[in-house]
Amino acid sequence: MGARVRRRAPVAVLCLVLLVVLAAAPYTLAVYPLKVLTEVLIYVIFAMSLDLLFGYTGLASLGHALYFGVGGYTAGLLAVHYTPSALVGLGAGLGAGAVSAVATGWLAIRSRSVYFIMLTLAFSELAFSVATSWRSLTGGDQGLIGIQPASLPGGTRFNGVLNLPTFYYYVAIVAVACYLLMRLVVRSPFGLSLLGIRENEARMRSLGYPVFRYKLAAYVVAGAFAGLAGSLYVQYSDFVSPDYIGFELSALVLVMVMVGGAGTLYGAVLGSAFVVVLRDELSAAFQQWEAVLGAVFIAFVYFLPSGLAGLVRLAGGLGRGRAGRGGGGSTGSGPGPAASDVDLTATAEANR
Amino acid sequence: MGWLDANAVTLVNGVAEGMLLYMMAAGLTLIFGLMDVLNLAHGAFFLFGSYLAFQFGRHGNNWLVAFGAAVLVGAVLGAILAVATRPLAGRGHLDQALLTFGAAFVLTGLASAVWGYGFQSVSVPSALAGSVSVAGHQYPTYRLAVIVAGLLVAVALFVVIERTSAGAIVRAAVADRDILAAMGVNVHLVMGLIFVVGAVVASVGGMIGSPILGVNTGVGDQVLLLALVVVTIGGLGSLKGALIGALLIGEVQAIGTALFPSFAAFLLFGAMAAILVVRPQGLFGLVHGTRT
Repeated sequence: MGARVRRRAPVAVLCLVLLVVLAAAPYTLAVYPLKVLTEVLIYVIFAMSLDLLFGYTGLASLGHALYFGVGGYTAGLLAVHYTPSALVGLGAGLGAGAVSAVATGWLAIRSRSVYFIMLTLAFSELAFSVATSWRSLTGGDQGLIGIQPASLPGGTRFNGVLNLPTFYYYVAIVAVACYLLMRLVVRSPFGLSLLGIRENEARMRSLGYPVFRYKLAAYVVAGAFAGLAGSLYVQYSDFVSPDYIGFELSALVLVMVMVGGAGTLYGAVLGSAFVVVLRDELSAAFQQWEAVLGAVFIAFVYFLPSGLAGLVRLAGGLGRGRAGRGGGGSTGSGPGPAASDVDLTATAEANR
Repeated sequence: MGWLDANAVTLVNGVAEGMLLYMMAAGLTLIFGLMDVLNLAHGAFFLFGSYLAFQFGRHGNNWLVAFGAAVLVGAVLGAILAVATRPLAGRGHLDQALLTFGAAFVLTGLASAVWGYGFQSVSVPSALAGSVSVAGHQYPTYRLAVIVAGLLVAVALFVVIERTSAGAIVRAAVADRDILAAMGVNVHLVMGLIFVVGAVVASVGGMIGSPILGVNTGVGDQVLLLALVVVTIGGLGSLKGALIGALLIGEVQAIGTALFPSFAAFLLFGAMAAILVVRPQGLFGLVHGTRT
């Protein structure tokens, strides 16, 4: 009991501190950093959605921006023609992401490995060319203009800087809710089955799991969250163009997930923050920021394949090692079995 | 017949573009067949080739220097990348693909640091300027020369891979590299050489293609995307598939751009999606390529 509290306490404290920092941000940050933080939070949702697919189900997609862009265009078109309501846009983005993911995922899931990567890429390039050439609807490569500033719950309008704190709180609440929802998904029996499919698809199939349906469901959930992120991003920037669907964005979000550490959710949080800040800092300093980003990425592939989350785990493991030794001394049992008992109870607790 | 006659020039352009794509796709497909690595840095080889043509060939007289530089730079870059992917060999294919993905960012950044971001044009070498009249049509001489160069590369690769003992080793490595290693062949050397050859062919392709495609930092990605479509349609690991896929995509691209400009990309990726949905391993794909 005591050991369990000791082990879980730091994480709980960390989460609480993080929530307080998020809540206090509009009072402590200037306008520009607050905008960056808002953008990071939107990317966090997008990166977590890809992590669900890539990290948990083992499906590497090079076209995930498709759902981000579809959600973005849906929210943008709604705001141009019907209503500026932010929540309506959010729901529509989520729905559009899910529907387009059903249509494309149903085909893409049939292929494997590299062919899956290529099909996802092909679908996003198809959507990119539709967005570019269907000028009357999308405004072509100039982008969609005339998006009304999002109207937040409570009636305030967000317009670039005007009411930024309110908009920030809206994004932060949505992002935290998305994190909790996705955490629920990956810890559910469904999420554990996805891990099983990632590790050994043949065995899961022989155990009687409908692997295709599970994969498709994961694909659709990921698409829905990506669509939601896209609609938030359009409300943030009041603009949407084919770049929101393009290959570069798909690549960037994959970099975020990899750098953060795939298969952890909080890794996607760290990765998005790291990449967005690095991109902003580098592009202010050099013109060739992509080269430096590429070099950082290579360093991660070589030296830290488990990403920033791996570093966190390493630090946590060191701390726990020290605590375990102390605990072992006081109870009089060997540190090895005691530690594993603690782990088991903690896992059972977490799963409940 | 009437349609063929009216669009003869477009069709020839399609063959020329197909040949350029083949020079990219050949290396991609061989590297994949050997190492199961989708080399996402392959576009950077092409990019460097086209910038070298801009550097040495822009006045229309130093094409031999440009060719030598393209071969040399391609070989060096290919060797570096082959060595760089070695330590990751035990870590799965995705990590290697991700490494080449990072390398593509770095190499594109390097090229833009040297040559800037602007759009550059390269004029056709003076000996190949003008046009030739064949069967009542005027064809640009340079495009015909590109077709000849592409055919030479295709024939050379075919002869080496299918008819020599060195080629037999490469084919054996594609089929089962563990058995080949057990027989005492240095598989890493074979992979390194294939990486170098693929990079050289791509970079020479970039050099040859520069007067047609223009030169800027985006050209590598643009050609890489098309070449990925080519190798996916043709089947990863198959040289024959790469050639047929390249000609197909070259034609789709040329006809699409000439007749339905706003739907060219749609046709292209639509064709690929349709082929993959019907035949998930590509037209000539090895079953081996569908492994995890």
